[in-house]
Amino acid sequence: MNLYAVMAIFRFEMARFFRTVWQSIVSPVVSTSLYFVVFGTAIGSRIQEVEGTSYGAFIVPGLVMLTVLTQSVQNAAFGIYFPKFIGTIYEHLSAPISFVEIVIGFVGAAATKSLIIGLIILATSFFFVDIRIQHPLPMIAFLVLTCISFALLGFIIGIVSKSFEQLQLVPLLVITPLVFLGGSFYSISMLPPVWQTISLFNPVLYLVSGFRWSFYGLSDVPIAASLAAITLFTILCLGVIWWIFRTGYRLKT
Amino acid sequence: MPHIVSVDRLSKTYEGGFEALKSVSLDIEEGEILALLGPNGAGKTTMISIICGITTPSYGSVSVGGHDVVTGFRAARRLVGLVPQEVNVEPFETVFNTVSFSRGLFGLPRDPARIEAVLKELSLWDKRDSKLVELSGGMKRRVLIAKALSHEPRVLFLDEPTAGVDVELRREMWETVSRLKADGVTIILTTHYIEEAEAIADRVGVIAKGEILLVEEKSKLMKRMGQKSLRIELTAPLDAIPDSLSGYALEQDGPDALIYTYDTNAERTGITRLLGDIAAAGLHLADLQTKQSSLEEIFVSLVQESAA
Ligand SMILES: Nc1ncnc2c1ncn2[C@@H]1O[C@H](COP(=O)(O)OP(=O)(O)O)[C@@H](O)[C@H]1O
Ligand SMILES: [Mg+2]
Repeated sequence: MNLYAVMAIFRFEMARFFRTVWQSIVSPVVSTSLYFVVFGTAIGSRIQEVEGTSYGAFIVPGLVMLTVLTQSVQNAAFGIYFPKFIGTIYEHLSAPISFVEIVIGFVGAAATKSLIIGLIILATSFFFVDIRIQHPLPMIAFLVLTCISFALLGFIIGIVSKSFEQLQLVPLLVITPLVFLGGSFYSISMLPPVWQTISLFNPVLYLVSGFRWSFYGLSDVPIAASLAAITLFTILCLGVIWWIFRTGYRLKT
Repeated sequence: MPHIVSVDRLSKTYEGGFEALKSVSLDIEEGEILALLGPNGAGKTTMISIICGITTPSYGSVSVGGHDVVTGFRAARRLVGLVPQEVNVEPFETVFNTVSFSRGLFGLPRDPARIEAVLKELSLWDKRDSKLVELSGGMKRRVLIAKALSHEPRVLFLDEPTAGVDVELRREMWETVSRLKADGVTIILTTHYIEEAEAIADRVGVIAKGEILLVEEKSKLMKRMGQKSLRIELTAPLDAIPDSLSGYALEQDGPDALIYTYDTNAERTGITRLLGDIAAAGLHLADLQTKQSSLEEIFVSLVQESAA
């Protein structure tokens, strides 16, 4: 493994993040604050609590997940799409590195960025509501795993995309709906039984549920199912990426 | 001694069925400057891209420093620097950082002193903190060279390094190339400027339509293909070429000069006899000049031959 190469890619990607640091941080913080105002205050005045937790606090894990998922996908997709788009990818392809270094560098940087943003949002939410974190270590583990697995997904999207439109389409059409329908702002026990069953096919539900459990000990699905789901998802993404590099799909002619 | 780069029966058929390389074999000696000369679409970039790992070969193999570029890609690529034909750079990165990045990508620890030396060599030191988007086209191209040199390659590929570059910059690049050669770096450059091959190459390979037509030392090539012309200036203007000289295929060049073309490789050049016959025809010589045909003429005749 070429560690210097991993570091070079990682540093390069992080430099892009810090060049536009205000833009990178301000927009998620502002939108999250808006969610607090709209959901926490407006809806929270009607739904006072969910299974013993105030509604405002209940939605915090879901909000963090919403941002972290979208950011991971967007960062990683853009990170690999950009050098492809401007033609500097030749350097990665001609360097003495394999897909392992490329993936660790790009995905690692994308995951780190979204982790930073996730933590900032979590910190922001302390200003709005009273939050306890019952299981801090699993909380961090869930967060990190989510950042990594969705950055892997974003990486795939960035490689497959042929245009900027496609690059934005998947996060918009797939990720956001899955997060909204994945119990970010409610417990699925509030839904009619049919929708509860349908929700069980939504992978994001398992993430949000596991993440919320690490805060309040509440979960829609067993914690083991959450862990299994995220592990499976990570392996799936790694498999697709391995295949992409094996065949040079959309990278080499 | 094994060759530093060895290309063995390399073929490439692109998706869509276009055959860009047709079983090309080529051995490159360590420390030489090889110019690959060929018209647009000949397959030069395709060949370089396969050697550097950007394009996958359809058939055949390449080794660099004895390492196969597919199975031993790490060891092979470590030795290779590539300056691509297209000038594509990360727009918002600074010159220093982008060159430093390349070094890291090739697995070497940071070395600001080395980067400084490379930037100075390419007259980019003043621009080290400039963003790439602020640089002129010629400077961007030099940044690409700096990137390729940042990891101290033993083999450097320059894909049309001087296309669209002004005369001064071209000369500077040639100087850089000769300094690199002095350091023992093997250089392969592609070009469709014949003067370029003529000016700096040790050997010239001619490639057209995916095939290498020949690879030869420049001086030998010029000698082998060497047609020379003899310009004969006369003391007095000439109305017509005298009949007694009709066997020499002379051309008239102005009122008082004749051109005789001959082959330096032929057993007899016919010069002695020609000069005797000129004297016998009552003409007087004012001056004589011989001229070697340029690589350009050689090249044109080769490509025409292969098309025939
Ligand atoms: N990615 C590609 N797909 C299909 N054809 C290609 C591709 N790249 C190059 N070619 C074709 O292969 C031929 C050789 O191209 P190239 O190697 O770039 O030539 P050169 O560098 O000598 O100008 C050209 O006819 C070109 O159109
Ligand atoms: Mg070319």
